Amino acid sequence: MEANTRSTGRLPAAFLTPGSSSFMDFLSDHQPELLPGKRQLPPTQGVIEAPHGTTIVAVTFPGGVVLAGDRRATMGNMIAQRDIEKVFPADEYSAVGIAGTAGLAVEMVKLFQLELEHFEKVEGAQLSLEGKANRLSTMIRSNLGMAMQGLAVVPLFAGYDVDREKGRIFSYDVTGGRSEESGYAATGSGSIFARGAMKKLFRADLTEDEATTLVIQALYDAADDDSATGGPDVARRIYPIVTVITEDGFRRLTDEESSEIARSILERRLEQPDGPRAALL
Amino acid sequence: MSTPFYVSPQQAMADRAEYARKGIARGRSLVVLQYADGIVFVGENPSRALHKFSEIYDRIGFAAAGKYNEYENLRIGGVRYADLRGYTYDRDDVTARGLANVYAQTLGTIFSSAAEKPYEVELVVAEVGETPEGDQIYRLPHDGSIVDEHGSVAVGGNAEQISSYLDQRHQDGMSLAEALKLAVQALSRDTNGTEREIPAERLEVAVLDRTRPQQRKFKRIVGRQLARLLEAGGATTEAESSTEDEDE
Repeated sequence: MEANTRSTGRLPAAFLTPGSSSFMDFLSDHQPELLPGKRQLPPTQGVIEAPHGTTIVAVTFPGGVVLAGDRRATMGNMIAQRDIEKVFPADEYSAVGIAGTAGLAVEMVKLFQLELEHFEKVEGAQLSLEGKANRLSTMIRSNLGMAMQGLAVVPLFAGYDVDREKGRIFSYDVTGGRSEESGYAATGSGSIFARGAMKKLFRADLTEDEATTLVIQALYDAADDDSATGGPDVARRIYPIVTVITEDGFRRLTDEESSEIARSILERRLEQPDGPRAALL
Repeated sequence: MSTPFYVSPQQAMADRAEYARKGIARGRSLVVLQYADGIVFVGENPSRALHKFSEIYDRIGFAAAGKYNEYENLRIGGVRYADLRGYTYDRDDVTARGLANVYAQTLGTIFSSAAEKPYEVELVVAEVGETPEGDQIYRLPHDGSIVDEHGSVAVGGNAEQISSYLDQRHQDGMSLAEALKLAVQALSRDTNGTEREIPAERLEVAVLDRTRPQQRKFKRIVGRQLARLLEAGGATTEAESSTEDEDE
């Protein structure tokens, strides 16, 4: 009964029943209506209009991985929000960036964070990075009904694999299909352009500083060609969110750090609007 | 058909209480102390994997003495309660007081229901506040009563003796090393007053540290850090302890 979580009554039997270490499994037994995937949807005509998050990029470097996102949410051809956050820590060693329907995506991230934390508390150990990536797959799959109505969520998951001692990136499609990306990856409306930029700039031996610069270059290129992606907003001091995950765990660059990189890129783009050039063989 | 013997309610309750107390007394005691930067949990536990202390939520920790399978069950129930509540409302709406109430109701119902055997457990639920004044420590005996504690608390078989030892010596604003040393001293006194040595590898230590930058304040203290802290606490017996921090 719902009332038991609010009142001071005895813990309901479901709470004390030995079982799965998954919070989602517990919810689907105890209060399935709280799971986004179990929601009953009314039949709708056409596509539901809701704010969409746009471009997320990720790059690995020896010793870790960088995950970054622009700050724009759009609704049709309108800018719905200029400073939305689309990159979140999932736990100590991983992060998730989301493109797609913003409201659902943020809810999914919240549940995903909780899922990992719950497992860690119950089991006293962390899930493997692979396990976390699979868990996210399951969550996207459960959203398929809504994805068919245009409310899709397409995350990018990046983390430091403590066992293999390297950064790894996983990308997803709307059906929950999961694939590991080597080197770099992008998702969202500006991803085609971001991927092009990263393809030309990526090297396997990047330093952490080069990797953070690379992702902002890629986001700049995405914003340059995709109207739904927001570039660095100097006037409002809104800069991309850049996160770095290494052996030391998750770290989000401060606004000063990301603004410094963004400003230096802007300055160079004033000279050379198309950005850094790769050597032609 | 034989008629059952009449047992007065007083006698029935006293029997159940004695049964639970005896069960708890078989296990080792543990202590929970406030120190300057938070709350420290110290207990003797030869196992590396089966913990007596654990994290329930951001600022809330759990400690238990008694029967492992029973308190483990309660611990997982608490984690589920906290996570569900935080998910439904907000992370700030999960409080130690709420959790302690749920545990008290649960233990109380089990204790007074004739159909179930009473749980042989004694719990502590602690929440670290922004300041030492905001810290909350609740002790929950086997019968579902709830005691609001300050400064220090001991649970388990030898709890009364350890508590009085701690009450006399615990001060507000102790450093972690000092609090840890006091806790170990309290735990190493046997019922008959003799002292014995508890080696570091048999100690389980965890803290709720309000200075941790992360949202989740619970942290286990193991290995080198524990050895260093024990050493620091031992070296500065009476003198003002150095303010050097133990952070990695």
